[in-house]
Amino acid sequence: MKKTGLLLVVMLLALPLVYADSHEYAAWTCPEGFEGQTLSIFNWSTYIAEDTVPNFEDACGVSVNYDIYESNEAMLARIRQGNPGYDLIVPSGGTVQRMAEEGLLIPLDKDMIPNIPNLIPDLLNAPYDPDNTYSLPYQWGTVGVGYRTEVFPDGITSWDQVWAHDGSVAWLDDRQTMFGIAHLFLGTDPNTTDGDEIVAARDYLLERGGNVVAVAADDGQVLLERGEVDIAIEYNGDILQISWDCECDDYAYAIPDEGSNVWIDNLAIPVDAPNPELANVFIDYILDAKVGADLTNYIWYASPNQASIESGFIDEEILNDPAIFPTPEQVANLFAIIDVGAEAEELINNAWDEMLIFLGQ
Amino acid sequence: MTTWLARKRESGFLLAVPTIAWLLILFVLPLVIVLIVSFMSRGRGGVAIMPFTIEHYQRTLGIFSIILWRSIGLAALTTLVCLVIGYPLAFFISTRRNRLFQQVTLFLVILPFWTNFLIRTYAWRILLGDEGTINGFLLSLGLIDDPLPMLNTQFAVLVGLVYGFLPFMVLPIYASVERFNFRYVDAAYDLGANDLRAFLRVVLPLTLPGVLAGCALVFIPSVGAFVTPDLLGGAKGLMIGNLINNQFGGSGNMPLGSALSIVMMAVVMLSLLVYLLANRRDRGA
Repeated sequence: MKKTGLLLVVMLLALPLVYADSHEYAAWTCPEGFEGQTLSIFNWSTYIAEDTVPNFEDACGVSVNYDIYESNEAMLARIRQGNPGYDLIVPSGGTVQRMAEEGLLIPLDKDMIPNIPNLIPDLLNAPYDPDNTYSLPYQWGTVGVGYRTEVFPDGITSWDQVWAHDGSVAWLDDRQTMFGIAHLFLGTDPNTTDGDEIVAARDYLLERGGNVVAVAADDGQVLLERGEVDIAIEYNGDILQISWDCECDDYAYAIPDEGSNVWIDNLAIPVDAPNPELANVFIDYILDAKVGADLTNYIWYASPNQASIESGFIDEEILNDPAIFPTPEQVANLFAIIDVGAEAEELINNAWDEMLIFLGQ
Repeated sequence: MTTWLARKRESGFLLAVPTIAWLLILFVLPLVIVLIVSFMSRGRGGVAIMPFTIEHYQRTLGIFSIILWRSIGLAALTTLVCLVIGYPLAFFISTRRNRLFQQVTLFLVILPFWTNFLIRTYAWRILLGDEGTINGFLLSLGLIDDPLPMLNTQFAVLVGLVYGFLPFMVLPIYASVERFNFRYVDAAYDLGANDLRAFLRVVLPLTLPGVLAGCALVFIPSVGAFVTPDLLGGAKGLMIGNLINNQFGGSGNMPLGSALSIVMMAVVMLSLLVYLLANRRDRGA
C-alpha cells in the first residue's frame, strides 16, 4: 500500500506537468496581527535555506529564535523533559507517531494553513499520522550508499557489493533502517515485531560486518570525505552535501536495487508551545511554492511540495537527480519505518547492542 | 566555661553543612536513584517502570561482560603504559637542580589541558588515519606500501587514552619524588647497593604513594572512557562507556544503562580498595 503510494508520487513527478501548469504565482503574504511577536524554531542542523527565516521575519514583522538538533532522540529528550519554549519542531515519521501517542504534540490549525493543497497528496495521510492531525511533510529522502567513485568506477547497484567490499565501510547508527535492509534480504517485514525475525536480521548483518570500521551517528559522509572509509551508508542529502562541497566527482550516492529506507521529516508543534498560532503561519509559509522551492534548491532534499515542482521553481538539476528524487523503479522497493511499539523496540535495541558488541570481535 | 569547646564543635558542624548537603543531594541521592532504576523494568522509550527485575544485571554480566572485560583490560594497559612513560618523566623533572627548568617542564606537562580534550582527540584521528599524517609520512619514505590500519582499532583507543591521561600519572609521582630525600640513596650505596637495587629497594617503595595515586587517577577515568573510544575506536574499539551512553540516548534502556553503570562503579571501587590497602600496607611498613 505504502509502496504503491510512493510509486504514484514519483509517477506524478515524472509527468510533464511541470510546464503545463503556468498559473500566476503570487508571493506569500503574512496574515495580519503578528507584528512584534516571537517564534522559536527547533530544527535539524543544516536543514533550512539561508534566507528562509529572514524573509519570514520581514514578511510578518516578527523575530525568530532558531535552534538546532542532531537527532530525533535529542529533540525528543528536550521536549519530553518539558518544552523549553519551542513553537515548531521537525520530527521524522516514527517520531511523530511516538510524540503524538505521548501527548507531546498539539494538533495543527489547518484553517491557518491554506497551502496544504500544494503538497503531494500521496505524502499525506501517512501511517504515522493518518489524518495529518499533528504534522505536515517538510522534506523527504532516502538512505543509501555513499561511495568513492575511484574505488567503484562502475558504481554500486547491490548491497552485496557493500557486504563483500575488501576495504573500510561505515554503517549508519539507525537500528530500524539497518535491520530493515537485512529484512529485505530475508524476505521479512522491515517493521516486523517478531523476535526471531529481529534476531535473524541481527545475525544477517553480523555475518556481513567484517569490513565495518564505524557505525556512524550521521557523520558517515565525513568519514568518506576524509578517506577513512570507501563506503558509508548514509542519508542521501549528507552524501550530496560533500559532493557539492568539493565540487568534484569523487563521491556518489546510490540506492541499491534491492531497496532501502525512505524517510519523511515533518513540521509539527510541540505541546506547551508559547506561540502555536505563529507556528501554523510559519508552516503555511514553508508550504508556499516559491519558499518550498528555494528551500529545496538550497539544502538539496526532495520537496513534498507539488506546487514547487510544477511551478518550475526547483532547479532542473535537482529534479532530475535520482539521488534526490528516486526513479519509479527505486521507489517501488523503498520501505518506510514506523513505530513498532515498546516490546519490539526493546527486542530491536537488544539485538542492536549485541550486534555492536560482536561487530568489534 | 565548658561551652567554648561545645560551641566550637557546633560551629564546626555548621561549617560542614553545605558540603554534607551538597554530597547528599548531588551524589548520594542520584546514586540511590541509579541503583533503584537499575532494578526496574524498561518501559516505552527506554524509561524505567515497575516491576523490579534483575534481568539487566543478568545481561550486564552476560553478553555485556565481553565489553566490560575489554574496558578493564584497556584501562589496565593504559595505566601500565602511563606508568612506564610517566615515572621516568616525573623522576627527570623532579630531580632537576635548576628550579626554573623544573617549573617550565612541569608547565609543559599540563600545557595540553589548555586545548579542549575533544579537539585533541580529533587531532589523533588526523594523525592515525589511513590518509593521515603518520601513514603519509611512512608511505612517502617508502617504508610501507599500504597504509597501516591504526584508526578505528583498540590500538588507537590505547594511544588516545595514554595521551589523555598521562599528566594524571606524572603529577602525583612528581610530588612524591620531589619530597624524596636522596640521602637515603647515598645510604643505600654506602651499604653496597647498586643502582638497580637502590631504586627497587629504596626509591620505589618511598615514592609508591605517588605511583598508586597516579595509577588510580589514570585507571578510574580510563575504564569509563567514552569520547576516546567513540572517536578513535570505531566499531572495533567499543568500551563500556559507549554502551552506557547508548542506553541513555534515544530509545535506549535506562535501567540497563543504570545496571551497567553500577557494575562499572563496583569495578572502580574494587580498584580503589586495592589502592587503599596497598597504601595502608605501605604506610605500615
